[in-house]
Amino acid sequence: MQPGTQSGSAPHHLDVLAVAERWVQSGRKAAIATVVETWGSAPRPVGSHLVIDSEGNFEGSVSGGCVEGSVVSEALDAITSGRATMLEFGVADETAWRVGLSCGGRIRVYVEPVTDAA
Amino acid sequence: MRLDLLSALNEARARRQAAILVTDLQDGSQRLVQAATLSADDPLYPELEKRFRSGASGQVEAPDGRAAFLTVSVPSPRLVIIGAVHISQALLPMAEIAGFDVTVIDPRTAFASEERFPPRVLRAEWPDEVLARTPLDAYTALAAVTHDPKIDDMPLIAALQAGCFYVGALGSRKTHGKRAERLMAAGLTEADVARIRAPIGLSIGASSPAEIAVAVLAEVIGALRQSNLPTPGGAR
Repeated sequence: MQPGTQSGSAPHHLDVLAVAERWVQSGRKAAIATVVETWGSAPRPVGSHLVIDSEGNFEGSVSGGCVEGSVVSEALDAITSGRATMLEFGVADETAWRVGLSCGGRIRVYVEPVTDAA
Repeated sequence: MRLDLLSALNEARARRQAAILVTDLQDGSQRLVQAATLSADDPLYPELEKRFRSGASGQVEAPDGRAAFLTVSVPSPRLVIIGAVHISQALLPMAEIAGFDVTVIDPRTAFASEERFPPRVLRAEWPDEVLARTPLDAYTALAAVTHDPKIDDMPLIAALQAGCFYVGALGSRKTHGKRAERLMAAGLTEADVARIRAPIGLSIGASSPAEIAVAVLAEVIGALRQSNLPTPGGAR
């Protein structure tokens, strides 16, 4: 898909999964983070995506910016290891002293590398 | 995520076809289910069927007790703009950023020029010709902004009959009063006509074309998110 030819809705640069595909097809290594569960007042709904490349560039969001930094560093590990991982953020979590959701909600984020089977 | 599944999911999205990516959260294995080929034999059948209707992504438990995550992709809501006018030039990019699939229709080629609008959204034809090829539906919003009854009236009637989730028309209360009389003379009921948002857009004192576009888009989003419709997908 090229910008301007896609019949879908969001402009190409804002459609996170389209960005992920484009990055990997141009030779970059990438991981996709997806919000899989939320409790309380989570800033982004279940199904929201963040795509991260091996240089730490990212597009999209899984929170209002509260935990993206931590998700990016976990994504770099996932790209290196080739393994998916589940992250949890929130006030009740032991990582709360490090990063957390200031809105008081909790979220679980699934981080997986994009793998080219071909 | 496997690149081939990612590509297939994006392709389905670009073709306005519903699809669900099923991720096993224990072993990370994935498969893509297309709405068109969903089988009742699928182990997650009732849940997948329900998700295709709701459009909501989420976690489910398979019959064997394993947790799976469903990334649900359903067609984006559409916005059909009648009138390739100044307001539409501002409304088009804003609505696309908000996740709408936009079409701009205007038979007046002076307005509907490729200098003013990208060819991928522009239809320089009469609305009845375009709507005969791509009918309106419940996932579509229609905004009529030409001020010209010859162009606006037909698509307004079509939008009300198709149950579009939003129908708005530009024009003062006086203009709209005359429009209501015409539409009722054409066979619509008073209740039908009452569904038209007029004057168009949320009341925020919008003045410039771009401000009016903001007011219209906000009203369209309000109609989409506060309705009881299944939620079409937007920008993720």
